[in-house]
Amino acid sequence: MALSKRIIPCLDVDAGRVVKGVNFVGIRDAGDPVEVAQRYNQQGADEITFLDITASHEDRDTTVDMVERIAGEVFIPLTVGGGIRTCDDIRTMLNAGADKVSINTAAVTNPDFVREAAERFGSQCIVVAIDAKRVSADGEPARWEIFTHGGRRPTGLDAVEWAQKMVEYGAGELLLTSMDRDGTKAGFDLGVTRAISDAVAVPVIASGGVGNLDHLVEGVSEGHADAVLAASIFHFAEYTIPEAKRYMADRGITMRL
Amino acid sequence: MTIAVIDYGMGNLHSVAKALEHVTHENVLVTRDARSIQGATRVVLPGQGAIRDCMGELERTELSGLVRELLANQSKPLLGICVGQQMLMDHSDENGGVDCLGFLSGQVRKFPLDMQDTQGARLKVPHMGWNLVQQPNAHPLWNGIEPGAHFYFVHSYYVAAEQDEQVFGTTEYGNVSAHVAVGRDATFAVQFHPEKSARDGLRLLENFVQWTP
Repeated sequence: MALSKRIIPCLDVDAGRVVKGVNFVGIRDAGDPVEVAQRYNQQGADEITFLDITASHEDRDTTVDMVERIAGEVFIPLTVGGGIRTCDDIRTMLNAGADKVSINTAAVTNPDFVREAAERFGSQCIVVAIDAKRVSADGEPARWEIFTHGGRRPTGLDAVEWAQKMVEYGAGELLLTSMDRDGTKAGFDLGVTRAISDAVAVPVIASGGVGNLDHLVEGVSEGHADAVLAASIFHFAEYTIPEAKRYMADRGITMRL
Repeated sequence: MTIAVIDYGMGNLHSVAKALEHVTHENVLVTRDARSIQGATRVVLPGQGAIRDCMGELERTELSGLVRELLANQSKPLLGICVGQQMLMDHSDENGGVDCLGFLSGQVRKFPLDMQDTQGARLKVPHMGWNLVQQPNAHPLWNGIEPGAHFYFVHSYYVAAEQDEQVFGTTEYGNVSAHVAVGRDATFAVQFHPEKSARDGLRLLENFVQWTP
């Protein structure tokens, strides 16, 4: 038997509330993070990702408190991301009950931080988040680049090469978000998902663009992702986790039902 | 009545402690104090990261003597988790080869990097996520848990025990059948993370808390 593919509901949290933006603008409130996490846990989510999109310092303490409360009640893996810049940040989140941390901008500005973090805490808890945007025109060979700051700042880094470098530096998992698709509900960018999944030995989580259950299936079957992450389709009760799992299993994907 | 989670500086002890607190009213203590560990009714040996670091920290904190003594005496239940399972074996191939505690006969080996599934897709290492656990031998810690239940794994190295009667759980990944639950006497150890394995994981911890070997 093979490993099950994972469904990971994502909580984007701002100032203590779950929110969901469309292309990171136009935010909708989706509830209290602890209640939302508990609901997904009860529904059989395979893992939960908590992304702290708060900018202010005071709200960081709220985040640590939220992570602690979630970890005290939800006994599935919990990944925390957003603003992780130092080993102290990682230690704080792990102590609060996170199992993994997701490093994004800090990996781009200082790749050695990923190496240091993996050596200190083990690759198993270091997820590198990759925000990729397609930069090739139609008709050209597909090419994607890394963007930071919520997709606003280009870096010139090739996404596939960057993914390989991050794995070499010790990333235990990659969280790949298509900035073109995030919030659009048009489905994952399967091209970049497959290119990166096939290029690295560690698991890849596909993110950005899920609007229906076929998108989840495609992420695995065509994108070769090991896990699929979605937010709004679950937050606003368009689909439940069991429905999504059943749908994927019926299409031949190994799932934990 | 105290359950001591041995803190030698490696791994996410808080998850283990929180999950134990969820299934028992007994006092759960995350500690490296020898007297507290000796005075506990049950002991959990967690572990995460590289085995050389785990073994090294155990030696450095002078807890290795205590753990060896606990293993030799078998006077109270001990649960090893993840690298805490691997450390019970003779030897690990990780980090160029590391001698372990030698409580159980067997080796810790790396998953091959060239494994494929039946459709020809590359199997990722680490083995990360939910996989099925079969129960080749019965054990009180499996009470209420079906053979083939899902547990959550994160590891690149796996245990290959030598004695069949000491293997209580197996998981298939690629062409490897990993020994994911092993034990003898009052010791039981698992490769997966019961503290992260939802209902069945909590059940295993509850069984451990109630176990009277």
